[in-house]
Amino acid sequence: MEYSEIMVRYGELSTKGKNRRAFIGRLQGNIVKALHQYVDQLTIRPKRDRLHIELNGTDAEPIMDVLSHVFGIQTFSPSIKVDKDDLDHVKQVALELVNATVPAGSTFKVQTKRADKQFPLDTYGMDREMGDFLTDARPDLQVQMKRPDATLRVEVRVDGIYLSTETIQGAGGLPVGTAGHATMMLSGGIDSPVAAYLALKRGVDIEMVHFFSPPYTSENALNKAKQLTAKLTPYVGRINFIQVPFTHIQEEIKAKVPEGYLMTIQRRLMLRLTEAISEQRGDLAIFNGESVGQVASQTLSSMAAINDVTTMPIVRPVATMDKTEIIAQAENIDTYELSIMPFEDCCTIFAPPSPKTQPKMDKARYYETFIDVDALMKEALDGIEVTEIKVGDEYMNQQQDIIAELL
Amino acid sequence: MIYFDNSATTKPLDSVLDTYRTVATDFFGNPSSLHNLGDQARAVVDQSRAQIAQLIHAQPEEIYFTSGGTEGDNWIIKGTAMAKRQFGKHLITTQIEHPAVRNSMLQLEKLGFDVTYLPVDSRGFVSVDAVRNAIRPDTILVSVMAVNNEVGSIQPIDAIGDLLEDYPTIHYHVDAVQSVGKGVLDKVRHPRIDFLTFSGHKFHAPRGTGFIFAKSGRMIDPLMAGGGQERDWRSGTENTPGIAAMAKALRVCLADEETNVAREQAIRTEIANYVNQQDDVTLFSQLDDGYAPHILTFAIAGVRGETIVHAFEHEGIFMSTTSACSSRSGAESSTLKAMRVPDALATSAIRISLDEENTMAEAQAFERAFDKVHAEFQKLAPAK
Repeated sequence: MEYSEIMVRYGELSTKGKNRRAFIGRLQGNIVKALHQYVDQLTIRPKRDRLHIELNGTDAEPIMDVLSHVFGIQTFSPSIKVDKDDLDHVKQVALELVNATVPAGSTFKVQTKRADKQFPLDTYGMDREMGDFLTDARPDLQVQMKRPDATLRVEVRVDGIYLSTETIQGAGGLPVGTAGHATMMLSGGIDSPVAAYLALKRGVDIEMVHFFSPPYTSENALNKAKQLTAKLTPYVGRINFIQVPFTHIQEEIKAKVPEGYLMTIQRRLMLRLTEAISEQRGDLAIFNGESVGQVASQTLSSMAAINDVTTMPIVRPVATMDKTEIIAQAENIDTYELSIMPFEDCCTIFAPPSPKTQPKMDKARYYETFIDVDALMKEALDGIEVTEIKVGDEYMNQQQDIIAELL
Repeated sequence: MIYFDNSATTKPLDSVLDTYRTVATDFFGNPSSLHNLGDQARAVVDQSRAQIAQLIHAQPEEIYFTSGGTEGDNWIIKGTAMAKRQFGKHLITTQIEHPAVRNSMLQLEKLGFDVTYLPVDSRGFVSVDAVRNAIRPDTILVSVMAVNNEVGSIQPIDAIGDLLEDYPTIHYHVDAVQSVGKGVLDKVRHPRIDFLTFSGHKFHAPRGTGFIFAKSGRMIDPLMAGGGQERDWRSGTENTPGIAAMAKALRVCLADEETNVAREQAIRTEIANYVNQQDDVTLFSQLDDGYAPHILTFAIAGVRGETIVHAFEHEGIFMSTTSACSSRSGAESSTLKAMRVPDALATSAIRISLDEENTMAEAQAFERAFDKVHAEFQKLAPAK
């Protein structure tokens, strides 16, 4: 079917009182950013309850694919605009639409909304006209008012009649950016990309902070983290990826700190650095992928001993999820296969054989004085590199296209 | 030059050799190496495997790279014998298989295995009933070729597949070496088939390349023990450029399969009808769709096949006395023998085998050459 527009219904923001205008503005901005490839051919009209994307002849499929990743959209419907003067024509187009989208034997109903009060038929009259015609033309369809398989929506507006049969679930959540900016500690494992996704879903605009330790960690590990970031860009358009050199800090800690506290002190330094980066960049909170009790660094004792270094809010979106739930979510957002690629990251390289699961805060504070925290942090912060990662960027499979060309 | 010996080998395509050269130069790392050069070479092998799997409607983990058809046949037959010997020592094959199958079976017989060689009818087909009657409780393998390389008869591999649905423990191997791009892929993808052999140089890839399909869940022992490449099934450093070249050749070969099959069929029919006008010509490949579109084998009574091959060579046309493998050794064709063609006629047999680059103009050139060659031999032939 050639659709004339896509009607977008807002999510939760309907309830957001005074901020509504700002939320709609942000959502419109995000939609424009996500559709940047197509935006020249489209007309986007935000209204109080809905946003209309007029297609002007553009194919609806790729547009809907992009929209399904934009947070703040509850549902959307591709619809066809017809001239309202010719009711027979309206019926004919409605039948074509129903034939193309409603399988034989379905239960269905017609639902009319009349914004144009000048239109001669009222809501019930329109329902009846359309319903009679369609049940004659498609005797296999069974009319059912409660929970039908399909609904033909007929919207009578001043500029024409809009017909649609499909309502597609959007990504839900809040428009990214409406909740402010935060840093996200991204390792390369399964949990942190899921946490990042959940942060984005609640409207948080995130920047990734990734620690890497060459030559102990390979270029592959860094590229994997970037690729994971690229996987999340469709939800937001672009994400800053901040890579922090961590080699020297790890070597110093390894040399000077007792083995049982290696991990705890490393994590404290990571958090200190993330806090410093957040302050530099004006981010309001730190997100990470910690899940309570999953590993030694994620027991409550460990969290307390590590969290000790900052007063900035730390949000842990997957804190109470089971590993199996996290994996299921990772599969949904297509980060799982990447996450399980076996590259050593900086957390595994210097992992002590038996890290303390119940570290003491006073000991952690004491052992940290064995190293020159300020100097090491300055060195790391000076070595930061920021990459803006955009939709479609490739870090792992740059070779893939070259090879595909050869085959 | 007119090249009509494509069942012996095909000419590698330029684009395939370009791929070979680029991969050999730019991706020379060992795919098992941990460093980046290794990763890149690994990616080439993985992507090639995925492409081949997709082209033959299989999963990537069902494809194992080999050095060619002979290795594939040896591996599947001996690997089955080794893996399943405690379940039985009986194998079934046909009298018209490629020597890679036949001689593997002979080696197994020496080791105490029992092999049934099924006969074929005068048209070159094995019967499903013969397979059914040969099956015993201790049968571990049925190995039947898809397209016979000497006369082109397409064996009833799908019907045998249906039969073997009732014998789930028997390995079913199909030698598909002559089947690529010849419109029989649907047949060789019968769901009951456990193993398939393919050879790269039969579809314009370089020599020394090949792969087998092994249905997931089916086990054979490795023949090549070593560093554990190909998921421990076939050791030996991967032939990265050969593998990439083969993946490309397969894609190109299958791209216009339908058109190519129709054209080869038309050329074959044209030549067959032309030569068959002569009383002293006997066709062994028939023109019905029981035969592959690219193979035409016939004899000119009273003249040795070898002599005919050389006479045509003199006219710039290259073909074979039946299978290229046996023609050097002078052995008569085993397929024709199994079809009970008299020895005198079998030694007169020659084989034309086409590929997608042959043209109708070449067929007409062949016909002119045939008239000339035929007239010369008639002068020599004893008066009737």
